[in-house]
Amino acid sequence: MAEASLESPQHRFDNRIEAEEKIEPKDWMPDGYRKNLIRQISQHAHSEVIGMQPEGNWLTRAPTLKRKCILLAKIQDEGGHGLYLYSAAETLGASREELVEALHTGHAKYASIFNYPTLTWADIGAIGWLVDGAAIVNQISLQSTSYGPYARAMVRICKEESFHQRQGYEIMVKLAEGNATQRAMAQDALDRWWWPSLMMFGPHDAESAHSAQSMRWKIKRQSNDDLRQKFVDQTVPQAEAIGLRIPDTKLVWNAARGHYDFGEIDWNEFNRVVSGNGLCNRQRLDHHKQAHEDGEWVRDALRAYAEKQA
Amino acid sequence: MTNRNLLPLWEVFVRGRRGLDHIHVGSLHAYDAEQALEYARDAYTRRGEGASIWVVESRHITASQEADAESFYDPMDDKPYRHATYYKLPDAVDNM
Repeated sequence: MAEASLESPQHRFDNRIEAEEKIEPKDWMPDGYRKNLIRQISQHAHSEVIGMQPEGNWLTRAPTLKRKCILLAKIQDEGGHGLYLYSAAETLGASREELVEALHTGHAKYASIFNYPTLTWADIGAIGWLVDGAAIVNQISLQSTSYGPYARAMVRICKEESFHQRQGYEIMVKLAEGNATQRAMAQDALDRWWWPSLMMFGPHDAESAHSAQSMRWKIKRQSNDDLRQKFVDQTVPQAEAIGLRIPDTKLVWNAARGHYDFGEIDWNEFNRVVSGNGLCNRQRLDHHKQAHEDGEWVRDALRAYAEKQA
Repeated sequence: MTNRNLLPLWEVFVRGRRGLDHIHVGSLHAYDAEQALEYARDAYTRRGEGASIWVVESRHITASQEADAESFYDPMDDKPYRHATYYKLPDAVDNM
């Protein structure tokens, strides 16, 4: 009996996870592992794609041609990152159509941060600096996730994404070096984007629905709270360097811990936005559906061409 | 010369270890996919180089033409701002 169980697919899977080996598409894996991955990777993909909207809002109004080119290149990257991630999800047997369908029916989520509006040019700086900054902290950790295709997509994405955060921070640097109005604009953007950025890491570890199992399967490698702490620790000095103030009265360096202490997230707001009642939830989804419908003729044409060739 | 005796050509991709990409290592002739896999094992992984092998019949690979490289990649050449090093950080910020 012991011999048989040593040879069982479950046992091989468990051993691989234990030994820090990657799981690859054709390996046997528990149903729950597969489902959990499809949920997380598709949510990640949707976030990349929906995230193009708040930035696209400023494409035609970026202050210079150079800034337009940079912003366009960044948004183009996000679309590409969505593709890498959808492809990784497809290696698990999910189809692109059902993933998009799940987004449109609200069964699949995307990062709530993109339900906030981009009101000024400084918001584009804040998004690159804070939102991409937070995403990078998360994605660096996910480079060692246990599913091979997801891990490799993360490596590719992190490599490409290094410019996103810097271009955003540079926008903030320029505004912070500017006149009083420009400095106020930078501060206002930081004030509005700081807390939603901290929310990107999700609920506290104790309240996170999928965290414990994901950690056991090594899909997630570091806890929400640990990643959030890492982001705060690296970002506070960056704000100080350009004379901006983090909007948190409880923020203080804790020498004993070697970390910043910071205030509590407004979880009511978090829940409100996650459940669909943020400022832009409906707009973001409607826009995605519309764009998807508007593209139907292209897909039709491709199919018609393929049939003709066959 | 007749091709009667030539078996189809297969391209071989080997993954050295779990988690890595499959990398192209060479090609071989084989009657079908299964035989190609076995030949690939014998030809390319004699010293345990592979944890996984992919074989793809060469005729299924569409390749870009290097002669066209200039026009094919041209739109990418003048966008230095796609690189992180394009952006200067303040001295107080050591890395990002």
